Amino acid sequence: MSEAAKGEHPADYGIEEAVIEDSWRRLAGVTPARIALGRAGTGLPTREVLRFALAHAQARDAVHLPFDSARVAADIAALSFETLELASAAPARDAYLRRPDLGRRLSDESRARLSARAAAPVDLAIVVADGLSSTAIHAQAVPFLTAFKARIAEAGWSVGPVCVASQARVALGDEVGELLNASACVVLIGERPGLSSPDSLGLYLTFAPRAGRSDAERNCISNVRGEGLSHDHAAFKLAWLLKEALARRITGVTLKDESDLLLVGGLVPPARIG
Amino acid sequence: MAYRTVAGSQTYAFADLKDLMAKATPPRSGDMLAGIAAATAEENVAARMCLADVPLSAFLNEALVPYEDDEVTRLIIDSHDAAAFRTISHMTVGDFRDFLLSGVATSEVLAAIAPGVTPEMAAAVSKLMRNQDLIAVAKKCRVVTKFRNTIGLPGTMAVRLQPNHPTDDPAGVTASILDGLLYGCGDAVIGINPASDSVPVLSELLKLIDGIIQRFEIPTQACVLTHVTTSTEVINRGVPVDLVFQSVAGTQKANASFGIDLATLKEGREAALSLNRGTLGDNVMYFETGQGSALSANAHHGVDQQTLEARAYAVCRPFKPLLVNTVVGFIGPEYLYDGKQIIRAGLEDHFCGKLMGVPLGCDVCYTNHAEADQDDMDTLMTLLGAAGVTYIMGIPGSDDVMLNYQSTSFHDQLYLRQVLGLKRAPEFEAWLQRMGITEPNGSLRRQHGIHPLLAAAPELAA
Repeated sequence: MSEAAKGEHPADYGIEEAVIEDSWRRLAGVTPARIALGRAGTGLPTREVLRFALAHAQARDAVHLPFDSARVAADIAALSFETLELASAAPARDAYLRRPDLGRRLSDESRARLSARAAAPVDLAIVVADGLSSTAIHAQAVPFLTAFKARIAEAGWSVGPVCVASQARVALGDEVGELLNASACVVLIGERPGLSSPDSLGLYLTFAPRAGRSDAERNCISNVRGEGLSHDHAAFKLAWLLKEALARRITGVTLKDESDLLLVGGLVPPARIG
Repeated sequence: MAYRTVAGSQTYAFADLKDLMAKATPPRSGDMLAGIAAATAEENVAARMCLADVPLSAFLNEALVPYEDDEVTRLIIDSHDAAAFRTISHMTVGDFRDFLLSGVATSEVLAAIAPGVTPEMAAAVSKLMRNQDLIAVAKKCRVVTKFRNTIGLPGTMAVRLQPNHPTDDPAGVTASILDGLLYGCGDAVIGINPASDSVPVLSELLKLIDGIIQRFEIPTQACVLTHVTTSTEVINRGVPVDLVFQSVAGTQKANASFGIDLATLKEGREAALSLNRGTLGDNVMYFETGQGSALSANAHHGVDQQTLEARAYAVCRPFKPLLVNTVVGFIGPEYLYDGKQIIRAGLEDHFCGKLMGVPLGCDVCYTNHAEADQDDMDTLMTLLGAAGVTYIMGIPGSDDVMLNYQSTSFHDQLYLRQVLGLKRAPEFEAWLQRMGITEPNGSLRRQHGIHPLLAAAPELAA
């Protein structure tokens, strides 16, 4: 480089030196934790600040993205389920976040509509709830129900209409299950999004659902998503728990999930229909 | 007893001291959820004006949570140090604020009155204080604790190295510990939140951390944050336990929802003391708290969440903890709605703890459904650094991949040390220099090649 040209290239100012990489970078392969990120002075390098910002943005969007309940209901109807759209008593997202109690009960209009149905007893009520991640429901509800439908057919369970509920928390299923005269209720709900898991679905099963049930009376299957528990495996687990719940007439802390004992070489056995 | 004041053109009445405290507290979604908050901004200030005229001694005569129903109230009243209280016994809450800010209230004076300050007095005066007051007074409070190093000396701030992993994988945990140590973190404790509650898994984690501490002679302590009764069981099986952990709250009923009472904590502390593992001191307890925990357990007795949080420090105080931290933004927006509320709560908690003589640190954190982001956390950690916070968390890249929330990072503590000149616990600082991790001025040394610490992960270093 000529003397004249010196000072025209960023490297001359040491910009390539500004980021200090960590010499233990290979440790990052053994944990999802954000280790060995390197540093710019005491701060994160630009690439890491942006990578974090993107993950946070995705998690925020998962919470605040409007729930497309009509589309979700239509897609579920295409699986030959009867569907109903319901709303909780929380009028909007802000109220939903501040007032968990409102998300746990139906709006007056939804309650009236559900009460007006002549409800013959069913084995299972299914509620699809946006919860804290509409992203999770948009992505996971239909593929999960596709897998679970085969388990319903295998067991021959009677199922009420799939209720697609907006601004809903888990306990909303208690009121819905009771009004639908269901022996048990499962709530598919968007879980609180983590920085690396904005689209995680949770499944909550409650035997003899009615308003006032505590969380200790439910069984939970968590982290249903591509990088977590597969739809097939989750459907298998839920079917196992439901079968036990209906036979033993309980859910909750006294019903332990032992479905893994039935896995064949670690794999989920297929549903047998017919 | 009822309280009454005139503000603007209106007379405001408050049913009792509990009602007055709840109406005087800065706006908080949790108190609104509980239905006990002031209805208007004017009522909020009217309550503060009224509270300013309440004598401190009123809090000894009118319990916010009934004495007969609650062992935390009994602990507060029965262990109150009347001699330490004498200096401030004639003051109103408003006088107390002026006194705390004055030059008369030196570090020595504040330490002397601490055993006479009940949590309700600390909470009451905090409600009259602006953020800068909370910082200025907390900065003067000194609370020093010891196990294998010295925490809380003036001009220092410690860091808990939090190497959580979604499945407690030993290699993954080790990798995060090494990363944290190489970033100069871990003097408060190397403390992991386990995903599992099985005794064999917890025992393996304890042995893993203890193995690293022993092998490299690190002047720090280990903790696996599990239920106090589980720690006691692990100790009885002969597993090395430095610190015994427990989450605590400000009412007996809320503590019962955690499966503990004061007797359980006493047993846990005695088990840890029996091992005699501290080299410099016997502060063997680690407690975590957080505003809103009593309400979420339906155990709040109509008392505002900030006052109940201060009562949690009264639960900690007799057990001489090494560390106490408020997990300020973890609970969610129904209790602390946004960055503004989280920041205010963090400063209040730190102030109340320090005024009561408790070694308060803060998990400066938020969840993704709260109206908060990294900028809010930068603000809170900087303010807490200025206030002399005992310690903060150190989590790789701020992202806790087990608990799914965001806290402060290994990088964040470097930033605070640089802009505020904060040192580590002196024994740990000296160790880092011996290991070639830091320069004499405390900044990180540039690493070349394989650092000797990486030998702790041979399968990784190969």
